[in-house]
Amino acid sequence: MGGDAGGRPARVRVVLGEAAAQRPMADPARADLAEQTPIGEALVKGLVRAQLALAIRLSLVVAAGLGALPLLFAVAPGVGQFKVLGVNLPWLVLGLASFPFLVVIGWAYVRWAERNEQDFTAVICRPEA
Amino acid sequence: MNPYVIPGLVVVVLITVGIGVYGLRFARTTSDFLVASRSVSPAWNAAAISGEYLSAASFLGVAGLVLRYGVDVLWYPVGFAAGYLALLLFVAAPLRRSGAFTLPDFCEVRLRSPMLRRLATVFVIFIGCLYLVPQLQGAGLTFTTVTGGRYEWGALLVGLVVTANVAFGGMRAITFVQAFQYWLKLTALAVPVIFLALHWQSDARPAVTPPTGPVFAATTTVEIKQDALLNGVDPVHKGDKLTFAAGEPVPEISSVDHNNGADWLLPGGDTGLFATYSLIMATFLGTMGLPHVLVRFYTNPDGASARRTTLVVLAMVGLFYFLPTLYGVLGRIYTPQLLMTGQTDAVVLLLPEAALGHGHLGQFLGALVTAGALAAFLSTSSGLLTSVAGVVFTDVLHAGRGGSVRDFRLATVLAAAVPMVLSVYVANMDVSQVVGLAFAVAASSFCPLLVLGIWWRGLTDVGAAAGILAGGGSAMAAVLLTVMGPPLSEPLAQVVEQPAAWSVPLAFLVMVVGSLATKRRVPRDIGATMLRLHAPESLRL
Repeated sequence: MGGDAGGRPARVRVVLGEAAAQRPMADPARADLAEQTPIGEALVKGLVRAQLALAIRLSLVVAAGLGALPLLFAVAPGVGQFKVLGVNLPWLVLGLASFPFLVVIGWAYVRWAERNEQDFTAVICRPEA
Repeated sequence: MNPYVIPGLVVVVLITVGIGVYGLRFARTTSDFLVASRSVSPAWNAAAISGEYLSAASFLGVAGLVLRYGVDVLWYPVGFAAGYLALLLFVAAPLRRSGAFTLPDFCEVRLRSPMLRRLATVFVIFIGCLYLVPQLQGAGLTFTTVTGGRYEWGALLVGLVVTANVAFGGMRAITFVQAFQYWLKLTALAVPVIFLALHWQSDARPAVTPPTGPVFAATTTVEIKQDALLNGVDPVHKGDKLTFAAGEPVPEISSVDHNNGADWLLPGGDTGLFATYSLIMATFLGTMGLPHVLVRFYTNPDGASARRTTLVVLAMVGLFYFLPTLYGVLGRIYTPQLLMTGQTDAVVLLLPEAALGHGHLGQFLGALVTAGALAAFLSTSSGLLTSVAGVVFTDVLHAGRGGSVRDFRLATVLAAAVPMVLSVYVANMDVSQVVGLAFAVAASSFCPLLVLGIWWRGLTDVGAAAGILAGGGSAMAAVLLTVMGPPLSEPLAQVVEQPAAWSVPLAFLVMVVGSLATKRRVPRDIGATMLRLHAPESLRL
C-alpha cells in the first residue's frame, strides 16, 4: 500500500482514532495494555468478561420477563382472560408495560457498564504502589 | 378528496428541504458531516436515529396487523423496540470504538479479511433492498388510499422521487431533518389519537369485540377486490359494490385472512408458539444488522455516548409504539370494511375521517396522519438507499477514492431498481410481514457476526463466512421462497415464512464450530483489537 516509491511520499489517510492510539505511553499499566504484555491481556480480558457477564445477565432478565410470556399464555390460557380496568392482561403487558420495562433494563445496563469502565480506568491509572 | 392533504404534504417536503439546506450550511464548514454531527447532543442524535428507524412498517403496518390479527402481533412493536436493547447490550459501545462505518468495514477491522468483506457486502445489499420493498409498498398504499390511483404508480412514483433525491444529493442524511421527522411522526399519531379516544368516549364506548363479531359503525359501501365467498356461501365478484347499514355485522370473506372474537382478543389463536418465538428472535436480534442503523452509530463522539444515545432511542421508539396499537383497536370499531378489502395497512390513514366524520376536524387530522406517513417512508427509504448505494459504490463498483459523483448516482439507481420491481410483485403481503423477513435475514447473518466478533477472541474469518452462509443464506432462501415461490402446506409454511427460530441458532453454531476448526486463522492482532473495542476512550490508549 504505502511506501516511498517515488520522490513524492504516498498520500496517507489520517484517521483521528488512529492518531490518538499512537500517543506515547506515560505510565507502566498503560504500557502493559499497549504492548500486550500478559498483565495487559489479563486486564482487558477481565473487562470484557465483566461487560459480557453484565449484558448476558440483563438479557436473561428480558428473556424471563418477556420471552417467557408466549409460553405462559399457551400453558395457562386463563391468564389471557384476566382483566385489569376492563382490558385483557396480554394487551396491557405487551402494548403498554413492555416498553418501560425495556427502558429500565437499558438504563440499568448503561449505569453498570459505565461503572465497569470506571473500575477498569481506576486500575490502569492507579499511582504505582 | 380531502382538501388538507396536498397542502400538508407540501409543507412536510418544504420543511424537510428547508432544514436540510439550513443544516448543509453547517456541514460545509467542516467538510465532513459526520464531524458536524459529533457536536450534536445524544438527544438530537437519538431523535434522528429514531426518525430514520420508524418506517412505513411501524407507522402504517403495525396498526394494520393489530386490526387484522389482534394481540399476537403486538410482538412486532415490542420486538422492534427490544432490538435496540439487544443493540445496546451487545453492540453499541464496542462498535462505535471499532471505528467501523458499515458492516463490511467491521469485517475488515475485526477479521482482516477481504473475502468476508465481499460476502458482507452481498448481505447488506440484499437486506437493504428487502427493507426498501415495504417502504415503497407503504407509499403505494398511501397513494391509492389518498388519491384513488393505482398502487403500482404510487410505489414507482415515490421510488423515483427518493432515488432522484439521493442521487442528486437533495436529501443528505442530516441529523436535524431526521430528528424533525421523528417528532412529526410522533405528533401525527399522538394528536389524532386523543380526539379518537374522546370520540369513542362520547360515542358511549362501543365494544371492540362485540359478541356477533365486528359490526359496521356507519352505512358503508365496500368494493370487492377479488372473487370470493361471503360467510362461506354467497359468491361475490371483483368490482361488486355492497352496501351495509350501520349495525350490520361484517361478513367473513374468504379472500382475506383475519382473526375474530377470542382469536383476536386472546393470545395463542392460530399463530403457533414456533411462529411467535421466531418473530421474537428475528426482531430482537435483527435490528443490529440493518445497514442504515449501524451507519448512524458513527455519529456519536465515543463509546459511552453511543450507549446513552441508544438508551434514548429505545425510550423514543418505545414511546412511539404505544400509539399504532390504539389505531388497530379503534379500527376494529370504525373501519371494519378493511377486513373485507384486505387493505388493513390503510387503517391509520382512514381512521380519523371514518370516526370523526368528514368535517374540518376529521379532514385536518386525516391530512396530519398522511403527512406523517410521507415522513415515514421518506426518511427511512432515503437513509436506506443512501447506505446501500454507499456500499454498492465502494465495494461493488470499487469506486473508492477515484469514484466520481456519476458513479455514486449509478450506484443509487442500481440499488433502487430491484426493490421498486419487487414492491410491485409483493403488493398483497402485509407491510410488516415483509419487514419481518428482512429482520430474519439480518438476525441470522450479521447478529452472530457482530456478537461473536465483539465478545469472542476465537472468531476466524472462515468460521464467520461459514456461519453467514449457513444461517443468512438459508434465511435468504426461505425469504425468496416465501415472496416468489408457490404456496406451501401448513407445517412447512410456518418454518419457511418465519425462519429465524432455526436460522439464527444455526448461524451461531456454524460460526463457532467453523472458528474452532480453523483456530490458526485467528488474527495476530486480536489483543489490540479487543483493547480498542472495549477500553474506554478516556484512557487515550
